[in-house]
Amino acid sequence: MKRAFPILAVLTTAFVLYGFYLGLFVAPTERTMGDVQRIFYFHAPSGWTAFCLFFVNLIASVAYLIRRNLKADALAVASAEVGVVFCTVVLVTGPLWARPVWGIWWTWDLRLTSTLVLWLIYVSYLMLRRLTNNAQTPVLAAVLAIFGALDVPLVYFSIWFFRTQHPQPVIGGGGSLDPRMLHAFLINLWAFSCLGALVCWARYRVELMHREVEEAHALESLLDVVPKSEVEAKPAQRGSLQ
Amino acid sequence: MSSFQSITLATLTKDIRLEWRSKDALNSMLFFSLLVVVIFSFSFDPVAEESRHIVGGLIWVAFLFAAIVALNQTWARELRNQVLDAYRVSPAPANGLFLAKVLGNFIFVSVLEALMTPLFIVFYNLRALGPAWQLIPLAILGTWALVVNGTFFAAMSLRTRNREIMLPLLLFPISIPALMGMVQATTAILTGENSARFWILLLLTYDVVFTTACLALFEAILHAE
Repeated sequence: MKRAFPILAVLTTAFVLYGFYLGLFVAPTERTMGDVQRIFYFHAPSGWTAFCLFFVNLIASVAYLIRRNLKADALAVASAEVGVVFCTVVLVTGPLWARPVWGIWWTWDLRLTSTLVLWLIYVSYLMLRRLTNNAQTPVLAAVLAIFGALDVPLVYFSIWFFRTQHPQPVIGGGGSLDPRMLHAFLINLWAFSCLGALVCWARYRVELMHREVEEAHALESLLDVVPKSEVEAKPAQRGSLQ
Repeated sequence: MSSFQSITLATLTKDIRLEWRSKDALNSMLFFSLLVVVIFSFSFDPVAEESRHIVGGLIWVAFLFAAIVALNQTWARELRNQVLDAYRVSPAPANGLFLAKVLGNFIFVSVLEALMTPLFIVFYNLRALGPAWQLIPLAILGTWALVVNGTFFAAMSLRTRNREIMLPLLLFPISIPALMGMVQATTAILTGENSARFWILLLLTYDVVFTTACLALFEAILHAE
């Protein structure tokens, strides 16, 4: 698995670069919005990746609560962190597109607001993880992840109803989609999914290593009283405590 | 009486008696929300027409902030003398304790609301143009929504470093749909422009979903090691 990582990293980079090339050069320019529409090829795939990662976070959290497996917890941390990064990309690229097209940076529209609330929920999740560094963190975080997931449909429905009472911004009119545009979009969707999975995996491995190092430090301080040569003579002891 | 009921009743009466004797939480909540009322009145001109649209948000934000004061004190009392540790090793049902704490907070916040609402009416010259009786189920559901999750997250933030800061950080993002329901329903009732029914239903759903989640997961929080 360790050797697979650089290969996958190179493949993913190439894939993402190909997606960039398609989005920026191959796909035709949109008639009414112009070049700024190209941000859509990166905006929507980022959103998709973020939602997938938050879903992974929920699954990992539930798995942790049932099995109490620390690997599931490490996956929950990794997916939440990477998910927040992708969600931030969505929240930044959205206004960049909205300013020239809608004439405003931000509007309290359904999708914008619910994405923002989702981002807030997961940032509070990461804050909780940061402010509790003890053995209880995984349980508390997993519980909060479940609460956050339960909240998402309620957030969506409340904002949906709230916004149906108010004027909505006009989103680009109908018309047929150029197949090259669809192609660029789909390639980017896959490329961003791969990128998200890769970064999440890397973060997961880092988290596992980080925990191993912490355990080793704790063990070292426990064994400090014992002469060093004796510790080295018993490598099995270290493994048994992991 | 089952052990669940007796635990709930014993904890609830103990908390109410303690609060009745000290009135710490209630006094600080009352003064706090009074301050919020006065400070908000500087930020806009409280004319009757104008305030009808704004006061729904204002009143609930004031109650939310004030409730944080009570919620933060909920479990602090049990930490002293290791009551919570004793609870953990006892076979008493964890949910009994949780429900008692929620009911206690619900009563405190309801008393606060009953005392503060007349003040809001006087200060902002309010008169509901919609069906005013709907404010009562709305207040009950809204208070429960704040208190049930607030009590749960207060128990969670006991294990964190800066306990008092952590509670709002956890509670506010999750409470956004509930808060929106309370604010929009209050505005709808006060202005009489649209129906509050959807928002009351939303709050009811929120209450059912999160009360179930809290009861299902509280044991995991109490015994988190």
